[in-house]
Amino acid sequence: MKRIYVNEKWCLGCHLCEYYCAFANSGAKNMAKALRDITIHPRIRIEEGRDVSFAVSCRHCKEPLCVKSCITGSLKIEDGVITFDRERCVGCYTCILSCPYGAIMPAEGGVIQKCELCVQNAGGSPACVAGCPNKAIVFEERGEL
Amino acid sequence: MKYIIIGNSAAAVGCIEGIRRQDADSPVTVISAERYHTYSRPLISYLLAGKTTERKMKYRPESFYSDNRCKLIAGKTVISIQPDKKTVTLSDGKSLDYDKLLVATGSTPFVPPIAGLDSVTRKTTFLSLDDAKGLEQSIAKDCRVLILGAGLIGLKCAEGINKRVQSVTVVDMADRILPSILDQAGAAMVKSHMEKKGIQFLLSDSVQEFRGDLAILKSGKKIPFDLLVIAVGVRSNTALVANAGGEVGRGIAVNDRCETSLPDVYAAGDCTECKEVTSGERRVLALLPNAYMQGECAGVNMAGGSAHYDKAIAMNAIGFFGLHILTAGSYEGEDYITKSAGVYKRLFCKDNRLCGYILIGDVARAGIYTQMIKDRTPLDTVDFELIKEKPQLMAFSRARRKEMLGGESA
Repeated sequence: MKRIYVNEKWCLGCHLCEYYCAFANSGAKNMAKALRDITIHPRIRIEEGRDVSFAVSCRHCKEPLCVKSCITGSLKIEDGVITFDRERCVGCYTCILSCPYGAIMPAEGGVIQKCELCVQNAGGSPACVAGCPNKAIVFEERGEL
Repeated sequence: MKYIIIGNSAAAVGCIEGIRRQDADSPVTVISAERYHTYSRPLISYLLAGKTTERKMKYRPESFYSDNRCKLIAGKTVISIQPDKKTVTLSDGKSLDYDKLLVATGSTPFVPPIAGLDSVTRKTTFLSLDDAKGLEQSIAKDCRVLILGAGLIGLKCAEGINKRVQSVTVVDMADRILPSILDQAGAAMVKSHMEKKGIQFLLSDSVQEFRGDLAILKSGKKIPFDLLVIAVGVRSNTALVANAGGEVGRGIAVNDRCETSLPDVYAAGDCTECKEVTSGERRVLALLPNAYMQGECAGVNMAGGSAHYDKAIAMNAIGFFGLHILTAGSYEGEDYITKSAGVYKRLFCKDNRLCGYILIGDVARAGIYTQMIKDRTPLDTVDFELIKEKPQLMAFSRARRKEMLGGESA
């Protein structure tokens, strides 16, 4: 299936992916209005070093440790996409304990958040990919993790 | 192929999902002592705190058994296994035959033989939905609760009922709370946080005798209470396998395919003991993720596939009143401690490997550490300064990152 892949050679460290992600998951129609004067909580995060930067978001693993470890059944795989049911999550953070990529993070309201490839928001396809100015993040079919 | 699963919790669900990855149609029968749809056991404290409901705490959707073509026999127990005949005998005398059997019988709260325990009016253990429902009936605003045991179960119970009772006092023989997962400094931090929320602790002490609803402690203190919660630990339910001639220690012995020593009998979850990666010892890892993954491994193997569960480690995610604690592995070797307001972090390294950690307060991306422990990643292949600072993929080699984020093998 199609997944998000990152090529760190092309990443500018511009953080636009984080803003597009936050906007896509805000439910708002206007990006400037949605993000003005707030601290964003994107589901994709840039790691920056001295001479390298790259984006990290859920890998949608074929054998997802977060789903297998989830104590409530809030995380599950639907057609290859690892989705999250906010209603059932109690914020125990077992998924944060388990994810090898550090791609699941605490969210406001005491639960967690993760990339769902924009399948549950209005975008329909990953906003970070569409917004990356240097094609350092792509959404395509490759080998399985 | 006929499958029977004894038990109906995480290991059983893992097994069903494992079987169905390999075998879409063969009949699966689940035998459950409890009369409930599969539910998440760790959520019982959240139920008392009003943070979940009986409907939301179902571990799988309502249609789970029918979706997976399983027959659930609820409210009956298996009293014996006949491995030579490949049958199990139920409490009602009926016998069922199997080709492959999973034992996922979980554990039972240990009730210590304390003098006068029989004289206590209201007492309960805290492991099942029925325990939680019983507590729900027993507690009231003027209720003074005494909890025996400052472990994970006792403290989650304390948190769950805190707002709904007059007082919660926790007694433990150990000199600190959560002694199985925390060191002195970490335990002191969590204890102080819980005390601010009103929980009282009596540590390095134990109940010598009950005189009705009065506990007489070793120290001489006398604690009157209205309700007693016994949470000193659990014991694996191994009797079915032991009585059938299978090998058991503290738990049912399983190999990395989750097979017991009895042919075609598998076991998973809290009832088992398996090899823990960081210590190399056989341990009972009574943890939900472990139960699910062992169950899934067993299920795949029962259905003719080939799965190995060989990365079991001790690990815990737990939180109290908003303070999160993540721990994993063994606490030995060289350590690195970082402390700041509301944050405590201790890493343990031995033989060029990260072998354990304690994170309190700031737990972001801890899974990167967890995976390094499970994979036994040699520390000289990562940038250790970066790893010490925080869990980050930047610490790995470019080639390794290409595998992880680029989906390309090196």
